[in-house]
Amino acid sequence: MAEIALDGVSHRFGALDVLVDVSFSVGAGEIAAIVGPSGCGKSTLLSIAGGLLQPSAGSVRAGGFPAASLNPLTFVFQDFALLPWRDVAGNVALALEHRALSPHETKTIVADVLARTGLSDFAAALPKQLSGGMRQRVGLARALAVRPAVLLMDEPLSALDSQTRDLLMDDLSRLLEDGDMSVLYVTHNLDEAVRLADRAIVFSRRPGRIRAISQAPVPRAKRRDPAHAETLARWRADLWDMIRGEAAEAERETVAERAP
Amino acid sequence: MKPERLEPVPFRGGGFAPRMSRAGGAVALLGLIALWQAATSILHVSPLFMPSPLAIAAALYQLVVHGDLLSQVGVSVLRILAGWSLGVVAGLALGLGMGLFSFARSAGFSIVSALFPIPKIALLPLMILWFGIGEGSKVATIALGVFFPTAISAASGVDSVPRNLIRMAQSFGLPFGDIVRKVVLPGALPSILAGFRISSSIALLLVVSAEMIGAEKGIGAFVLQAGNLMQTDQLLAGVVVLSLIGLVVARAIGALEARLIDWR
Repeated sequence: MAEIALDGVSHRFGALDVLVDVSFSVGAGEIAAIVGPSGCGKSTLLSIAGGLLQPSAGSVRAGGFPAASLNPLTFVFQDFALLPWRDVAGNVALALEHRALSPHETKTIVADVLARTGLSDFAAALPKQLSGGMRQRVGLARALAVRPAVLLMDEPLSALDSQTRDLLMDDLSRLLEDGDMSVLYVTHNLDEAVRLADRAIVFSRRPGRIRAISQAPVPRAKRRDPAHAETLARWRADLWDMIRGEAAEAERETVAERAP
Repeated sequence: MKPERLEPVPFRGGGFAPRMSRAGGAVALLGLIALWQAATSILHVSPLFMPSPLAIAAALYQLVVHGDLLSQVGVSVLRILAGWSLGVVAGLALGLGMGLFSFARSAGFSIVSALFPIPKIALLPLMILWFGIGEGSKVATIALGVFFPTAISAASGVDSVPRNLIRMAQSFGLPFGDIVRKVVLPGALPSILAGFRISSSIALLLVVSAEMIGAEKGIGAFVLQAGNLMQTDQLLAGVVVLSLIGLVVARAIGALEARLIDWR
């Protein structure tokens, strides 16, 4: 079973400490939300977890990937990262073309993930013809196409307006339900964490360290059940209590740094 | 408190949105030519000093039908094609290298910034020493002139490829060659094609200059000779041909852009 573990990860950009001694692990099928104030190093942490950035100290280890996984550690990006010159199907196929797949297999996988993300009718559309929500669906389809063991999602909904975000959250929770993908979900939006996560890992302001790890009080399948609304609202309030002070401090620091 | 009466809110958002009209452009151009025609006939300007548009058109017709203007143009176009192709291939190689590899970047930028400001026509005498008075020196001068802007536009094209697209490709495990072919090159294409516009006009400029300095054939030599013989109508007919070549090339690049980078 897939697992990813961070051990004593620290990172600095020049003289700026961004992350300090971060250790946690995410098990098979688990969705861990990383929440914290802006600039606390959440995205940096995700890049380190996925091997796109070398940490200044510490290590990341992962394993137990299913044999069928084509790209065990797979990102979904905040800005979608679609090639503007490729149509929707081409953007999804980009993740598959260099794998040992026949053209027929590639086509089948692309058609399948486009169907799962509601994009079948848009296969030939260019990114510039799509709304933000549809673009991120392409990002999701591309990620699902490679059958990831660990999905690394970097604020996947934060570039979208709030209505589109709600719609996509529904789709996300459905897509993440089936399969035993582990998910590291970076967000500054507590609603997303409360809706999707099994566990919230709360970060302090920069330099980011783990401030608390909070288990969800309600299983994922029952989040939409009105009976649990109050419990979830309380969880959200608890998380916000932990972040509020940090966020206010971070906000002041940012302003102070900008001042001459 | 309710006001006594409501005034209509005046519109103040107009202007600052100029529009292009093809018809307007054509009328302006034809109007200018008509004005020129009228001025030369009314003011009795000596045709030696400034021939009328009709006289130039007649000279052009004569040169095309009875003269060898087309073969002169052919010679120049071949020189441009040869020099431009050589310069573009070498420039793209250096420019892409500068965009992708640290060594090529350091070496390339210092070499390009040292040599780019040299007016390339000043090197024609050296090129003649190296390659002889024939085609080689002209082609080499054009290639040199094209090489530097091409290298710069290719390098800045690679630099302008969004970093997140490259990281995305890396995160999906694409090999280096695939990232260059599928992400970097298409992303750099708009800048490379913009470079083509600059380099093609440099090539036209250099072929005329080189032909004026040392050539018996070619449109530059033709224009110079017409000037020496005071055949002003023929001189200007040659200039018209040059502007037509420039227009055709710009159109061709425009068509290439419409085809290759319609995703923008």
